[in-house]
Amino acid sequence: MGASYSEVMSKKQEILLKATGIDYDEFELSPISFDYERLMNSCDYSLQEVQKILLETGVGQTQLVELKNLTELVRSIAPSGKGGRIFLKDEAANPSGSFKDRRAALSIYQAKKSGYKGVVAASSGNYGAAVASQAAKRGLKSIILQEVYDNRKMGQPEILEKTRACEAYGAEVWQLTVGPELFYIMLRVLEETRFFSASLYVPTSILGIETLGYELANQVLEMEGRFPDVVLITHAGGGNVTGTARGLIKAGSTQTDVVGVSVDLRGLHMASDSDFNRKSFTTGHSGFGIPFLTWPDRTDVPRNCARGLRYLDRYVLVSQGEVFYTTELLAKLEGMERGPAGNTSLAGALAVARELDRDQILVVQETEYTAAGKMPSSQLTFAKENGIKVTRGNPRENTPGKSIVIPERVDQLTVEDFNMEKIRLSYIENSIRAAADYSLTDQDERFLAEDSKSSLDQVHEVIQSSNH
Amino acid sequence: MPDANKGDLIQIHKIVLEPENRPDNLPPSTAAVPYECWIKGFLMNENANMGDKVKIKTFIGREISGALWEVSPKYDHDFGEAQKEILSVGYEAFQQLENKHKANRE
Repeated sequence: MGASYSEVMSKKQEILLKATGIDYDEFELSPISFDYERLMNSCDYSLQEVQKILLETGVGQTQLVELKNLTELVRSIAPSGKGGRIFLKDEAANPSGSFKDRRAALSIYQAKKSGYKGVVAASSGNYGAAVASQAAKRGLKSIILQEVYDNRKMGQPEILEKTRACEAYGAEVWQLTVGPELFYIMLRVLEETRFFSASLYVPTSILGIETLGYELANQVLEMEGRFPDVVLITHAGGGNVTGTARGLIKAGSTQTDVVGVSVDLRGLHMASDSDFNRKSFTTGHSGFGIPFLTWPDRTDVPRNCARGLRYLDRYVLVSQGEVFYTTELLAKLEGMERGPAGNTSLAGALAVARELDRDQILVVQETEYTAAGKMPSSQLTFAKENGIKVTRGNPRENTPGKSIVIPERVDQLTVEDFNMEKIRLSYIENSIRAAADYSLTDQDERFLAEDSKSSLDQVHEVIQSSNH
Repeated sequence: MPDANKGDLIQIHKIVLEPENRPDNLPPSTAAVPYECWIKGFLMNENANMGDKVKIKTFIGREISGALWEVSPKYDHDFGEAQKEILSVGYEAFQQLENKHKANRE
């Protein structure tokens, strides 16, 4: 049916220009560098204007809740004087149940203003629901493309729930099997409908998330008279980290440590039909987290505005079992039943809080709604059906795709620090490799240093070693 | 009796790409199978049986054709079964806090 894969892919730039309204060529400086800040500022909204636009559809201004019982629990096993205070930003209170409403709201506003009749998004997660919800609010049509099934037509329960949510908001949903051709379908649908591409990675998407970092910094300031010490952010494609960190900076919270947290799914191939249903988490995991840091421009737009490496101070991994355990703790000790995305960074927070002094403040910056398909009981049932062994014990003994180990005690929760130096070097190497036969200028070196939060000396070292 | 009549909510199935038309560099288990798609909408044909080529009007009013796969498709994801590995997690933590409070009082 329809146009061939290569035919559609060859028209990529032309289709995206019409569907995003952004001429990315304008921001290119060389085969390596582009003007990131000029691209981010190209739509000319102040953070206050963005906040106002979001509020028009009920997005943002969510509660920041201190998790006193979980803090107490951490202190019961922490060394004397240790156990930082944990706060949680209850993003589940947004209209479609996650922070992704912030990510969709400004793009959909822009689409409406520009005269598009509808929007298209490729997302198997909360973002699809957010786009459908925002489109409903603005009177636009929406088409959501989801990777749902393996070749047995067995769907990941969390994604099946997302199909339901998108259809509840009136979207036309394409449920697809596993494969990177999602992008090909997106281009075809965009070309056919002339709708707006609500990409996760355009400037308006990141500007929307800036309000989250800005809000939480000011909430902590108002409650405690100072900015947070650590903000933990569930990390997948990099948008949540990028937007939140930029918002923190805009609020003046520049000394805050930005920590990305992903579920460890190392060893599972993200484009593999046979691995697809061997995971219990569909986002916020290392299968997106690591590749998006080492090569952010792998998305549906020529330049990705979600550039987590620019902002991350630390990147840690937690296991699937630890997140299920944490989900239970949040419900049973804090009376908040929430979904897996925010509970990933919360699992990280329970471990990191143990290292911090009692007067230090950690913020877990999101929660998401939960439902059938998303709960630990749904996911563990599904895991067992797919041959995954579920036990209680030491979570370090978990093997992605083979076993899930639910901790026996809270002191077994730990984080595994991913080597940031290695990621930064890998990104610089990838950039140099992608522009083979091109001689880097001073400007390119400065760009690579900024884009990877490295020093110029570190960039020089990589360039030199790659010349040999 | 036909399986579906005009106006019924149905789900259609399409093969988007046969294995030989899929891009290179896919993992073997993905490269070996077709790229498939399912979409819901209201049947536009007078009536149809499973597997018939039909046309639907989607929830946003677009017309798409494909093979009739299911009539009145339902959402069948659920809450799963009770999982013994997590059932006691909350109470264990609750007890730990209680013991701590008791120790503080003593």
